Amino acid sequence: MNIHQRITGDLVAAGIGFVTTVPCKQLAGVIEEVDRHPKILHVPSNKEDEGMGLCAGAWMGGRRSAIIMQNTALGVTINTLATLIQFYRMPLPMLISYRGEPGEPVACQVEMAVHTKALLAQLHIPAYHFHRQEDVEELPKILDYTFMCSKPVAILTDASFWGGY
Amino acid sequence: MIRSEILQEIAPILRNQLVICNIGIPSQELHAIDDQPTNFYMLGTMGLASSIGLGLALVQPKPVVVIDGDGSILTNLGTLPTIANNPAPNYILLVIDNGSYGSTGDQPTYTGRKTSLAGMAKAAGCERVVECRAEDTGTVLQEALQAGKATVIICKCESGNAKMPVITMDPVTIRDRFMQAVAAD
Repeated sequence: MNIHQRITGDLVAAGIGFVTTVPCKQLAGVIEEVDRHPKILHVPSNKEDEGMGLCAGAWMGGRRSAIIMQNTALGVTINTLATLIQFYRMPLPMLISYRGEPGEPVACQVEMAVHTKALLAQLHIPAYHFHRQEDVEELPKILDYTFMCSKPVAILTDASFWGGY
Repeated sequence: MIRSEILQEIAPILRNQLVICNIGIPSQELHAIDDQPTNFYMLGTMGLASSIGLGLALVQPKPVVVIDGDGSILTNLGTLPTIANNPAPNYILLVIDNGSYGSTGDQPTYTGRKTSLAGMAKAAGCERVVECRAEDTGTVLQEALQAGKATVIICKCESGNAKMPVITMDPVTIRDRFMQAVAAD
């Protein structure tokens, strides 16, 4: 089982049946697995705030949901996180590729990377940071925790986690 | 006709449906006209009513009516291709298109000029798109509920707002009673 299958399996084991995604090169493999899995309804979104709206609706409809996105999307979703997900107290696991860390070839990615953890901290969003592939062992507990406390929770995944650039 | 008059007229049709209602004055008007546990009022997050409604329609069988506005659709235009490519037969997007940003002082939007939301919805791939006059909204909405096919209704009406109180209900209460209504038999 590769890392993409493992993560997808963990999502399903946590009861997640609705996933929306906005692609990132790092996330291509897991998005493919999510799309293929018969127990997940995968609805790609055009922008991450739209995706969070879809997740909110699916969750209110009785289906646990999650979003897969790049860290640059935090810049797009601050208002949605504060006024929809947090204000109405909804659980939302966010699997986030953390671009702009050591090894990053694109300078512009660093510009949002330096804000990523500060923005999450400012929003009081619990954040977990996966550097190495074995860190994935924490994922099932993080997902349970997200639905236990009904909060958005960020799982930041470095390029090193996915096997490099 | 203005939005509040349309809502007044269609309130009996909406009463037993799951309704996701747009931020600001539209939610205040619907809340004042006929508050129901089946209404989900957006207190913030402009633009996402159509997305919340689609997520809801895709995971459960009850009809979902989204009451949206032209300004909110314009701020989340990516929603139209998502609606078109993930068709939910129980999904109705009712856009009250008054050509203005009602909640912020009736500043004009581009749909009052050259832009056609019905044309954009069709171009996005939505198959059942109905543009109607305000007076026909009830009939068109009833037909959409019976159609069993994802429908986008663009209801052209006049700009203007009724003066209604701000919704003071706690958001978690709104959400919780709505979820109970969704789950009820």
